[in-house]
Amino acid sequence: MKILVTVKEVATVEDEFEIEGTEIADQYLGADLNEWDDYAIEEAVQLQEDGIADEVVTVTIGPEDCEQTIRQALAKGADRAVRVWDDSLEGVDLLDVNAKTEILSAVIEEEDPDLVLTGVQAGDDSFAATGVSVAENLGFQWGAVVNHLEHDLDDGVASVRRELEGGVEELTDLELPAVLTIQTGINEPRYASLRGIRQAQRKELDVKALADIGVDESTIESELTMTAMYEPESESDATFWEGSAEETASELGELLRDKGVAQ
Amino acid sequence: MTDVLAITDHRRGDLRDVSYEIITAGRELADETGGDLHLAVISGTVDDFADKLNRDGVDTIHTVSHGEEFNHDVYTQAITQLYDELAPQYVLTPNSVNGLDYAPAVANQLDLPVVTDTIDLETDGETLIATREMYGGKVETTNELEGDAVVTIRSAEWPQAEGTGDASIEAFDADIDEDAIGSTVSGFEEVGGGDVDISEAELLVSIGRGIEEEENLDLIRDLADALGATLSSSRPIVDNGWLPKNRQVGQSGKVVTPDVYIAIGISGAVQHVAGMKGSDTIVAINTDPNAPIMDIADYAIVDDLFDVVPELIEEFQ
Ligand SMILES: Cc1cc2nc3c(=O)[nH]c(=O)nc-3n(C[C@H](O)[C@H](O)[C@H](O)COP(=O)(O)OP(=O)(O)OC[C@H]3O[C@@H](n4cnc5c(N)ncnc54)[C@H](O)[C@@H]3O)c2cc1C
Repeated sequence: MKILVTVKEVATVEDEFEIEGTEIADQYLGADLNEWDDYAIEEAVQLQEDGIADEVVTVTIGPEDCEQTIRQALAKGADRAVRVWDDSLEGVDLLDVNAKTEILSAVIEEEDPDLVLTGVQAGDDSFAATGVSVAENLGFQWGAVVNHLEHDLDDGVASVRRELEGGVEELTDLELPAVLTIQTGINEPRYASLRGIRQAQRKELDVKALADIGVDESTIESELTMTAMYEPESESDATFWEGSAEETASELGELLRDKGVAQ
Repeated sequence: MTDVLAITDHRRGDLRDVSYEIITAGRELADETGGDLHLAVISGTVDDFADKLNRDGVDTIHTVSHGEEFNHDVYTQAITQLYDELAPQYVLTPNSVNGLDYAPAVANQLDLPVVTDTIDLETDGETLIATREMYGGKVETTNELEGDAVVTIRSAEWPQAEGTGDASIEAFDADIDEDAIGSTVSGFEEVGGGDVDISEAELLVSIGRGIEEEENLDLIRDLADALGATLSSSRPIVDNGWLPKNRQVGQSGKVVTPDVYIAIGISGAVQHVAGMKGSDTIVAINTDPNAPIMDIADYAIVDDLFDVVPELIEEFQ
């Protein structure tokens, strides 16, 4: 079977930063593979190692800059990658769920996988909605917040556990083809080996514009417009202990003795 | 087309708190649009649920009797049919794990925009202004959209509706296509039992990703020993397999209410805070003075944990 994994490069923000308009100023931003996608890649690669998947393809919406992150996924064992980008996406602050759904659905239709794995959410915009939206759009089944997948996929059924709130897990069977949004902790993502990194350089990374996948620019116009970004007003009324580590530790020590919780 | 349709959440026979919160959020929006607030309760003992949900501000409660527990296909079908019947402007759902399992599907099927995990909502009847967070709570953003939308609300952001309402309760005869149901829930399992019950502890020393390496965990164990405290953690520590699941504090872990909670190298993501905000006194040790944990901390040390923790151990040895 064939597995497709959506991979996103997310922006990371330094502790101290400045906001310019509706964006964080460039110099305070870094880039990383989305934490949840890392687990999705690992799950796909393990299915391949278990002899269940024949091919693992990644798909990314993003500019050329993010190829480094895509190569990380290839270095961990994905076979090839597709990257979708278009000049019309260049100045977009916020690509909403429907826009992502249109683009990813077009690629998925072309690739025709049996299983699609996405991260539960992206660490930057945290929509946590794209996987399920794509599934519905394609007429696939889906499961959100999956923290266990049985690797036999018997009779075209995926047996999963969905992680609900409060330490409760739901056991669910889903018909394939399906989209699963993968929760952290489902596995232990590997580090890319040196050999993997070398091999990744030679793997196919296909770049497509919207026209190449048959998506019209007008259909991906975000319906959501970000109008402001600001640091949340601090509601903190914390007492900040100042001084050397010795001094602050001693303040905390005193508090713990006062409260009678430590001697 | 000014009404609001809010969907409630329940599990294993109990309505979840967010079901009462969504009444408040929905009522506020309906007041702004000048419409009615419709609630829907789908599956389970719907009549019993409807009685409980009949609180101030609700105009109509639609019950959809089908199956015991949540099934996303049933929810998606029932909600899209309710939308067609009622033509509300906004469909509100909880941003719960189950909400996220159907809200995007409902939006896609109805060809509506979806905005998730909102913490504040406002509308003038045409433009919806939704406030949400990005980058794990480091910034807030406002987002606008026109027309109808599906919106999920974060739990514990709106107060729970109270009082007794006089809503009319109507059974909605949803036409559920069984053939279109491709998922089956076969059961539930509690996880995270084991040696220690962190929810019983008076003093919790809780460690997060700031610890960096598994080896460094010894330092925190030493601290817990020195203080006679119980060790707990944020999720990444458990995901890494460094501590067992029963030590995880948060939305998908345990809810704790110790006398003192010391959060060390924990940023205070909303899912973590959900599990520890009821602690009597919260102390944060973090290098980032702007980490979200500072908003709920009573005391804070802005410093490197590798400097502060050894000093603290020394104090108590
Ligand atoms: C559906 C869902 C459910 C979830 N459930 C849970 C849950 O139950 N519990 C939970 O915890 N999370 C949960 N999460 C994950 C949550 O969103 C966060 O990713 C997680 O809480 C972050 O953990 P952290 O604070 O330890 O790490 P980070 O957010 O990486 O924070 C590390 C902190 O350490 C500080 N730091 C770094 N180095 C040092 C140092 N040397 N000294 C002092 N401070 C330092 C940094 O400034 C930072 O604030 C869930 C997520 C999802 C999507």
